[in-house]
Amino acid sequence: MERTLQHITSIAHLTRSDAEHIFHLARKFREDFHQGIHQHSLEQKVVVNAFFENSTRTKNSFEIAALRLGAKVVSFSSTGSSVAKGESLFDTLQTLDAMFPDVIVMRNSLSGSAEYATRYVGASILNAGDGKHEHPSQALLDALTLLDVYETLEGKCIGIVGDIVHSRVARSNVLLLRLLGAKVFVCGPQTLIPTDLSTWNVQTCTTVNELIEECDTVMALRIQKERMDAGLIGSAGEYRKFYGIQMEHIETKPSLYVMHPGPVNYGVEIDFDVANSHRSLIRKQVTNGVFIRMAMLSVLKGRE
Amino acid sequence: MNVCYENIRIVSPVQQLHITGYLWIKNGIIEYVGEQRPDVPNDVEILKGNDLVAAPGFFDMHVHLREPGQTHKETIETGTDSAANGGFTGVVCMPNTEPAIDSIQTLEFIKNRSANNIVNVHCCATITKARKGDELANMLSMVEAGAVMFSDDGGCVESADMMRRAFDYTSPFDALLTQHCEEHSMTKNFAMHEGSVSADLGLKGYPSVAEDIIVARDILLAEYCGNRRYHAAHLSTKGSVRLIADAKKRGQRVSGEVAPHHFILTDEAVRGYNTNAKMNPPLRTQADVEAMWQALSDDVIDVIATDHAPHTFEEKMVEFDNAPNGIVGLETAIGVACTQLLHRNVVSLDKLIEKMSVNPRKVLNLPQPLLQQGAIANITIFNPDAEWSVIPERFLTKSKNTPFTEYQFKGKPVRVFNNLKMVDCML
Repeated sequence: MERTLQHITSIAHLTRSDAEHIFHLARKFREDFHQGIHQHSLEQKVVVNAFFENSTRTKNSFEIAALRLGAKVVSFSSTGSSVAKGESLFDTLQTLDAMFPDVIVMRNSLSGSAEYATRYVGASILNAGDGKHEHPSQALLDALTLLDVYETLEGKCIGIVGDIVHSRVARSNVLLLRLLGAKVFVCGPQTLIPTDLSTWNVQTCTTVNELIEECDTVMALRIQKERMDAGLIGSAGEYRKFYGIQMEHIETKPSLYVMHPGPVNYGVEIDFDVANSHRSLIRKQVTNGVFIRMAMLSVLKGRE
Repeated sequence: MNVCYENIRIVSPVQQLHITGYLWIKNGIIEYVGEQRPDVPNDVEILKGNDLVAAPGFFDMHVHLREPGQTHKETIETGTDSAANGGFTGVVCMPNTEPAIDSIQTLEFIKNRSANNIVNVHCCATITKARKGDELANMLSMVEAGAVMFSDDGGCVESADMMRRAFDYTSPFDALLTQHCEEHSMTKNFAMHEGSVSADLGLKGYPSVAEDIIVARDILLAEYCGNRRYHAAHLSTKGSVRLIADAKKRGQRVSGEVAPHHFILTDEAVRGYNTNAKMNPPLRTQADVEAMWQALSDDVIDVIATDHAPHTFEEKMVEFDNAPNGIVGLETAIGVACTQLLHRNVVSLDKLIEKMSVNPRKVLNLPQPLLQQGAIANITIFNPDAEWSVIPERFLTKSKNTPFTEYQFKGKPVRVFNNLKMVDCML
């Protein structure tokens, strides 16, 4: 019997069977969708999308996921909410929770804020990204996308290249990929790699060339403009030269797949032609995102 | 008050006294200390001292009393109550109050507010006006008014030039400068130690080297300015301990202190985003903790000081990044020190008393209380073998921000005597 979960804040709290159950549900929702079968499992449920940080794709993806399950959805962004007026996260959560939603999907710019939220609400918390900590739904949709092409990740070599130290996508992916038996490699400018990776169980590569040589699939991460402004890399051009994925990489290794959580800086972390080539899984990631989020919403217990 | 302890261990390192015998205190004055049974009148309360140690009163040279300005966190009254309850008879309050202790007026205010207290309250004054780092404070007047040392604690004197000027300016008075050692350019918005745990939690790290750099800089400046007196506050890294050891070997007048949490906890305590494990300097690694044990044992670190930093429950119950740094420490110091140092044979009983009573006063050039007939009793009685569980509701500090809730410790303060008063420790 698959277990239901009170909250999903971190991949670290999932077992392999939890993850596999989520993949199973996501595939089922995908099949049903293509056959025109509608879902009603969350009818009468209320899902609040509480986004304390800007997001377009994740927020829309969660909204659509909840709607496809029949739930009622309320969404807000911090601009235009009381948070912008200086209300604390604690008060905002208490206020939302006093209206008895079943699930709060939360994004926040501070690491640990999802776990923080679980202490003060009766609703289920679904972490849609907490600072530099985790982004579990992204990792799960990435893994589902990989499982669509590989069947199993056991022994597969997956690379992550870019701003590792500031990336919640990287942290969730490392945990999940290892949970599923993959070997994980990371790569990026040394100023954007954590100084101590001893607990991560990953290997590091110096340049993207080396990474691609080692890996079956490589995920590129977005380089935030603020990192460039902070002078943590020499220039966008230098970044592309050492860490950007270019057409010649695919030409020399035709079996390679490339991924990106979006939004993409073309010509920096990945070239336009690569991102839109037949070796790119980027569009599939987005599509799978909705089904994974439907599955995640489905395994939650809801209000205590 | 007229009590006589029998079979109590009496340990006073400055007097080279370590005996088991009798200690009789009448109206706050020591009537008798010795191995022979004194001839006591019938009205004297005789107490069994078999499990107890009597030592010169413990002294904490790094305490945030928060008054003036932040009395919602702590007041001089609650802070000194907490000190006495934790077994201390003297404290130095740090100057990051509001206003900062950068004037004679604020110094006098604290002196007046703490008069007639069982706990002696001394002041650390600021190096620069309002701790802004721009202009020297009226340091000379504050030396005259009784400031025992100087620091912009809470932050570091960022400019090497300003620190050099402070050494020079106070050199005719041979004042003691102490530093919160943090190279701020490397620690902007930090939340914890930079290491594997910060990598896992996605929190901004404070690398050890940012502490080491300032310790090294200040040692060089103290030497350059003519071997000035310098005390490195709340050391947390293996690297800074090595620098202090080296400076001592070369004959510099430097000393160092460590807070109990830095010799018992590591950054692992932050997992789960526990804001009561958030402080500055942050909890470091096991290698750093072990370096602290070694440094205490080798006398590279002279002093144990708590860095008692009260914050209210509301202030601490926020997201980790938004929580203020610091924990309360006065009422757990003896517990941590006995458990972690004494019972693990890192230091002897005499050495423990040196670090918590003798050395802080030595570093500050304050008189040493003596356990001898006729002296005013300034004494800490503690039971090094008492086992207890930490219940923060019993603390007398206004704030309860401790990472040690429900910790089991072996070693507990029992009673303090000072200034003709007596207080029982109720933990």
